[in-house]
Amino acid sequence: MFIQLNKKWPAFSWLLSLLIFMPLMAIVWQSFGDDQAVFSHLWQTVLPQYLINTFLVVFGVAFLSMLIGVPLAWLVAMCQFPMRGVFVWALLLPLAMPSYVVAFIYTDLLEYAGPIQSSLRELFGWKNAQDYWFFDVRTVNGAIVMLTLVLFPYVFLLARTSFLEQSQSLLQSARMLGCSAWQSFYRVSLPLARPAIAVSVALVAMETLADFAVVHYFAVPTLTTAVYDTWVGYGSLAAAARLSALMLACLFVLISLERFGRSQQKNYQRTTGQEQINRYQLTGVKAYAATGFCISIFMLAFGLPFILLIDMAIDYFEQSWNDEFIQYSINSFSLAVIVSFICVAIGILLSFFKRLSQHKSSSVPSKIASSGYALPGTVLAIGVLIPLSLFDHAINDLWEYFGKEGPGLILSGTLFAIVAGYVVRFSAIAIGSVESSLNKVTPSIDMVSVTLGMSPLKMLFKVHLPLVRKGCFAAALLVFIESMKELPAALLLRPFDYETLATYVYQFVSDEQLEHGALAAIVIVLVGLIPLIFLNRSLEKAQ
Amino acid sequence: MKSIIAIIAGAMSLATSVAASAEQVNIYSYRQSFLIDPVVEQFTKDTGIKVNVVFAKKGLAERLEREGKYTKADLVLTTDISRLMELEDKGLVQPVNSSVINKNIPQHLRDDGNEWFALTTRVRNIFASKARVGNIAISYEDLADKKFSGKICTRSGKHPYTVALIASMIEHHGYEGAKTWLTGFKGNLARKPQANDRGQIKAIDQGQCDIALGNSYYFGKMVSDPKQKPAADSVHILFPNQQDRGAHINVSGMALTKYSRNKDATIQLMEYLTGEQAQHIYAEVNMEYPVNTAVKPSTLVASWGDFSADKLAMNKIAENRKLALKLLDQVKFDL
Repeated sequence: MFIQLNKKWPAFSWLLSLLIFMPLMAIVWQSFGDDQAVFSHLWQTVLPQYLINTFLVVFGVAFLSMLIGVPLAWLVAMCQFPMRGVFVWALLLPLAMPSYVVAFIYTDLLEYAGPIQSSLRELFGWKNAQDYWFFDVRTVNGAIVMLTLVLFPYVFLLARTSFLEQSQSLLQSARMLGCSAWQSFYRVSLPLARPAIAVSVALVAMETLADFAVVHYFAVPTLTTAVYDTWVGYGSLAAAARLSALMLACLFVLISLERFGRSQQKNYQRTTGQEQINRYQLTGVKAYAATGFCISIFMLAFGLPFILLIDMAIDYFEQSWNDEFIQYSINSFSLAVIVSFICVAIGILLSFFKRLSQHKSSSVPSKIASSGYALPGTVLAIGVLIPLSLFDHAINDLWEYFGKEGPGLILSGTLFAIVAGYVVRFSAIAIGSVESSLNKVTPSIDMVSVTLGMSPLKMLFKVHLPLVRKGCFAAALLVFIESMKELPAALLLRPFDYETLATYVYQFVSDEQLEHGALAAIVIVLVGLIPLIFLNRSLEKAQ
Repeated sequence: MKSIIAIIAGAMSLATSVAASAEQVNIYSYRQSFLIDPVVEQFTKDTGIKVNVVFAKKGLAERLEREGKYTKADLVLTTDISRLMELEDKGLVQPVNSSVINKNIPQHLRDDGNEWFALTTRVRNIFASKARVGNIAISYEDLADKKFSGKICTRSGKHPYTVALIASMIEHHGYEGAKTWLTGFKGNLARKPQANDRGQIKAIDQGQCDIALGNSYYFGKMVSDPKQKPAADSVHILFPNQQDRGAHINVSGMALTKYSRNKDATIQLMEYLTGEQAQHIYAEVNMEYPVNTAVKPSTLVASWGDFSADKLAMNKIAENRKLALKLLDQVKFDL
């Protein structure tokens, strides 16, 4: 590539990514003031088991999400079968369900004291657990299934976007050369979609690594458990920070391995974004199987838990109705809108810079800006608090130096802190999905644009953005929905008397009575649906 | 582009809601807001002082520490003695010398230096199946007795309430004694530690185990919930160690932040919280035991009978907390 970049681009990209990276640096900094005793105690006792659990859960969820998400995406993108049009958006709905709510509902349903096992016992006259076998939901496997149900839509969404963006002429050639539907999937579509699938699986892995609520609820201690034990229990933020740094390091290795694996491949496609997709017409058993597969995944991941949630909300409607719901919804919604715009803008800037710059180091900014996603939320929130409060103190001290009363905590004490926390956490999602879209645009387009005398900025707005708008929509959607559900950062960083739907629900979940928060949980899902449907329509139209 | 800017601007204006009023008190609370609201609303009605709350389960002490002298927080509410001690140890709170508070709260339920005060006490009870165990005399030590092998349920050992109980066992039996006890306790478990206090009672009802550990007020709330009442009715609530040192108790409490800017209003609220009206609400709505001796527990709570409480000084429990955690890891209690 021979585009002369203005000096401002690299400077701005680096600055931006370093700003996002600041909370993580604060955590790493904390880990140096270490507490060796706590760390070695953990290592000698429970840490090995925690590591094994972490490994099993992360790989299990990543693998299972891929196993479910990719076939679903391909079916819905490339095949025609009954109800396809519904699944296009319905299979995204599980994203709108907070994972702690799904975990709570399924555990209630499936545990020994739950309705299913109770009725089985009644039906068959079993007296106790020794009389029959039933799988234990609170196990590593249970946690894997539960997290997969909530997270597979990442893979579904990004893989589907990728399948839709694939050049039709390639697929038509494949069919003309005699490929069956299965062969063209395996030989053409899948390799082309690999970067998008890799990105989405990496996101799933990061989210799993950072999860505390589900594994905690399932009594499956992982590294996150250790982080909280060391911090809240042993009171050692340093040891907790060190464990978090360890988690980050593991993740970097994983992501780099994947990138290395496909570093020799480069696939570009010529698409105008206007092509008509010729879907494979499924008939007979195949069509029923496809519909059945989609329905069962949908019911498990969304239908069933949502019905149970509604059931709870009806039973406890009087205790749970709150006049402030509208305010909470507005708070959640506006936060999510702001954050998704900022994150997508960051995603576009950093991946565009990476594309245009010749320098080898140009991929570093987007990488370091993505690392916040893998940290347990509360630890990240502390990380955000450290630089912000330092800044606030500096400002106030300066004011006082001049004998005036300072402005107070203008960053760490306001909504700025929550927005910053969300952006640090969710930039990874936006960067990942924008980047995987951008990677598919052939470089000859850049060359033509430059030959025609376009500046990089003009090229971005006139040429690339229209080409990757599907990726941007997908990114905005994911960040929005994640922000609606986000809990730890909002909980800890919020100003006084500021409640989002998620923090409101959490008070009840944490007091062991989801029933009273069920109504608010339904509102989270419903508000999350608004952009889902809107953006999905844009995605479909963009076909 | 214009429409995007309009959306962002609209969202920004919606998101910024600023609370401003003459007199107010800002609270960092480890207790759920909905549990404090009834008490605080009454206070605002009586005094006109507005009360603002941030609730979180983790990290509030760190936030207070980072904010330093510019913090807006005036009062911290906690659910556990260890949190109160942590605030004191980090130098984030200040003493309050109020004759009203000192009169309302017995000596052993407040800090010697008056830096923290208990608001309610809660008991770590043992629940027993009415059908299979009955109303027996029991002690925490019995949890390690072979006769209960495969019959006990409990939540995660790492939960603050369990940690506090183990800390008290370390104080009473020494580290090694407590280790032997905890190992025996683990050996008696019917299932891996899991679920919450309500879940243990449900498990007894369903026959998965016969006895379980749990806090009194969760039981109280189950009895008051028509859907959960049948499960609650299938167990006896037992007060352990009534023959010797008494049942283990923990406290919820409060402390005035070091850099409070609304000190007068905050102390007014603190006095109110220890007063009869507020303590009565705590007792009736949350089913906890009031610290103010002039206020009686709710009728339901009183119906469980009188009990003697372990007189162990609260700060001992906080001091042994890290040892208790270490013990849990060594015994691999949760694994």
